[in-house]
Amino acid sequence: MPEVKVCTDSELVDGAVRVLRVKDIEIAVIKHAGQYFAYHNHCPHQGGPACEGVRMPQVVELLDTQGNFIGQTFDENDIHIVCPWHGYEFHLSDGVNVSDKRLRLKKFKVVERDGGIYVAV
Amino acid sequence: MDAKTEETGPVELRDFSLEHYDTTQALAHAAEQAVQRKYEDFLIVDVDSHHYESESFSEIAEYIEDPVLRQNASHQAMTKPGIDTGNGSFQELNGRIIRYRGRRKEKVPPTPHRDITLMRRWMDAMGTDIACLFPTPMLNLSLSPNVAMQTGLAWAYNRWLCERILAEEPRIKSMIYLPFHDPAACVKTVEYFTGKPGVIGFMVTSTHHRSVFENDYIKLYAMLQERGFPLAFHSATGSEPGLRLFNKFFGVHALGFCWHNMVYLTNWIINAMPERFPKLKTIWIESGLAWVPFLMQRLDNEYMIRSSEVPMLKRKPSDYMREMYYSSQPMEMTDNRESLELTFKLINAKSQLLYASDFPHWDMDLPSTIYDLPFLDEQDKRNILGGNAQRLFNLEPIYSPQKLARRAAVARDAVGSASPT
Repeated sequence: MPEVKVCTDSELVDGAVRVLRVKDIEIAVIKHAGQYFAYHNHCPHQGGPACEGVRMPQVVELLDTQGNFIGQTFDENDIHIVCPWHGYEFHLSDGVNVSDKRLRLKKFKVVERDGGIYVAV
Repeated sequence: MDAKTEETGPVELRDFSLEHYDTTQALAHAAEQAVQRKYEDFLIVDVDSHHYESESFSEIAEYIEDPVLRQNASHQAMTKPGIDTGNGSFQELNGRIIRYRGRRKEKVPPTPHRDITLMRRWMDAMGTDIACLFPTPMLNLSLSPNVAMQTGLAWAYNRWLCERILAEEPRIKSMIYLPFHDPAACVKTVEYFTGKPGVIGFMVTSTHHRSVFENDYIKLYAMLQERGFPLAFHSATGSEPGLRLFNKFFGVHALGFCWHNMVYLTNWIINAMPERFPKLKTIWIESGLAWVPFLMQRLDNEYMIRSSEVPMLKRKPSDYMREMYYSSQPMEMTDNRESLELTFKLINAKSQLLYASDFPHWDMDLPSTIYDLPFLDEQDKRNILGGNAQRLFNLEPIYSPQKLARRAAVARDAVGSASPT
């Protein structure tokens, strides 16, 4: 499978996104907490640039043992890719939509080799 | 930045940390859709788009005629209800829709007016030729208990809009905001703004706490009918007491935006306005479409039993509703293809539905939301995306420069391919 070099590891700061256009397909490479993820930059909703927005953690509502609402917090272990056009959210880990598992961003393999970051396309 | 491999050919790279927000770039995918779908072949009219007139409030304030109100406005400006007021505006999805903060810093040339540049950028990207522009925070003037303030600000905004925006860009139109709490001022507004460049109708925010059937408004409706202007009802967040039960904007928006138009439309029909003003065309804006079949069924059912309360009606409520116009956005499109198709049939969408984006708001719809519907034929799509609005408003077609350029390129290619070699 062809690989495209995206950058060196030191070039992309944590939280940054770099978008590649390869043969009419946009692939977004996201660096988050030292890990790299690559997805098709195309939202299945209205075709927005899904990866060009923010990443935000899953919001969690908290109930006590009796079922009373006691507050809300973020689950920092479940980061979402948020499409900037309408706010559709996808799990950063696998690209699956948060509200409907049938929707997903196509995932590409990222290879780290000799200090370089590559995407298999 | 460029990189390449032998396997893939040229690769284009973009790094967002190096980029400023730019509407054209943010809507690059919309521009691709416009090319793929050949939007250059037909007119696209967006009947509901917005600007943030609050960013130009110092300019608008200069048009306020009351010197005390003008002085107050220069200090107060247009404040936005926030998290501390209990009537918050969470349109940005709490930071998730980045164009809200990005566009505030978007760079534009000194001329034309900033709003014109921003409008042209999104219109050109989407393939929109003509757009009807409405305010954003000033829609909520309807919630102010200070009628004189509402009237004074509306007058100033409308004058500023006509003189600084509409007069400078013929692709931008508006249905002028009516200060509905002040019927006499509404009449004065129609008299003054009739014939102004870009004025294609008049608009009531359907969150006002005044009923459309009051005799105070009969002169207004008669005037609009006589002059051939449509009357639009634009929904908004509002301050309906029932909506105060929601602790999340999710509920306020999902129900509220339909509720306000349902109240206004129901009053419009059960007080027989379609019979009393048969040539006055009404448009129901920014409530989506799912509420319309619901209301048709509810009102028809009521009518069969309680016709004694509505003796001026000569037909069922749904018959009148099928002759009204509806803007498409935010069109309900989640797992409901059959329901949507039936809705189109029930509202006679082929002639009565008007495409709207609501851009730049959070739940905007692109033209592809209409164009990609599998149950419409090509002519239906073109009517909904522009033809119906062109006829309703009697619009002179003005195409975007990008679409004209693409059309010319296609024509050149056709000539080139036909030429003998």
